[in-house]
Amino acid sequence: MAGLMKRMSLIFKAKANKVMDRAEDPRETLDYSYTKQLELLQKVRRGVADVATSRKRLELQVQQLQQQSDKLDGQARAALAQGREDLAREALTRKSGLQGQISDLQTQHASLQAEEEKLTLASQRLQAKVDAFRTKKETIKATYTAAEAQTKIGEAFSGISEEMGDVGMAIQRAEDKTQSLQARAGAIDELLASGALDDQTGTSKDDIQLELDRMASTNDVELELAKMKGEISGGAAPQAIEGASTTNQTAPAPATPAEAQHPEGSS
Amino acid sequence: MIIRILGEGQFDVAEHTVEALNGIDNELQVAVDSNDEVGFREALRSLLALVREVGERVPDDYLGPSELVLPNADATIEEVRALLGEEGLIPG
Repeated sequence: MAGLMKRMSLIFKAKANKVMDRAEDPRETLDYSYTKQLELLQKVRRGVADVATSRKRLELQVQQLQQQSDKLDGQARAALAQGREDLAREALTRKSGLQGQISDLQTQHASLQAEEEKLTLASQRLQAKVDAFRTKKETIKATYTAAEAQTKIGEAFSGISEEMGDVGMAIQRAEDKTQSLQARAGAIDELLASGALDDQTGTSKDDIQLELDRMASTNDVELELAKMKGEISGGAAPQAIEGASTTNQTAPAPATPAEAQHPEGSS
Repeated sequence: MIIRILGEGQFDVAEHTVEALNGIDNELQVAVDSNDEVGFREALRSLLALVREVGERVPDDYLGPSELVLPNADATIEEVRALLGEEGLIPG
């Protein structure tokens, strides 16, 4: 029994033979195949561009998620500085969730980048083979009769056919990969757009930020209160005057129990 | 002998190393037949590594077919089986 590698090569050869057998004049096969080759070349180039687009989209998303994560980090610090460990914990929990998504996206990014490189190389290989094939095809058409051409084009044709099959499958794999990523990237775009993750413009605020803002404004109020109190107690005279009028009226009342207590305590 | 690694291109491998390749190739075939994904991964990985190591890259404008064809590095048993079962899977 033939090994796997042999069986796989036979599959490609069978495919090439089938195409060859279909044509009455093998020279027509050359032209037809050449057209197909150019089409495939276009497709590979589009494929490279598509993968690059997906890769850039991922890069942008990672960047946005990283900004969110940095922001949550800052919020955690701010919350902790104000003694709100609960709020800091919530911010860090969300940050950890984002970090998970980021590292997931980074893995996908690496895989897309590898895919892009592979396709770029495949496109270069195919281009070189297509050029070589065109030269060979013209020579064969100019030199040989239909019957002679049959034997002359065999190797070149099955060679280019194998390359086309390989590249065609590579394109298919890349398409499958980018398509499955598109769906996930779309979900993250929605998440970013919904404000569930605060957007970069800072127009919509998340609940942690609201709480921090509330605390900040509470602090501001407290600060202002303290400042006012300071100002008031600093100007001792007016307080004394104002206080004097009230203490004059209330003074006798507390004085009585104090006086009553003292004799008990001293005896 | 020209060997193609799907997705990577063609390599020219000296005849005397083919025996070593065949040994791993048999393991690969057994793994596919017994649906042993772990064994398949292992055999495919060593086979690809060996071909890349001992093989010389064939010039891009070489037009001949390959005597042996290897699955792409991230291929699954399922994909290989589908490929072997139906040549219609190969576009072009």
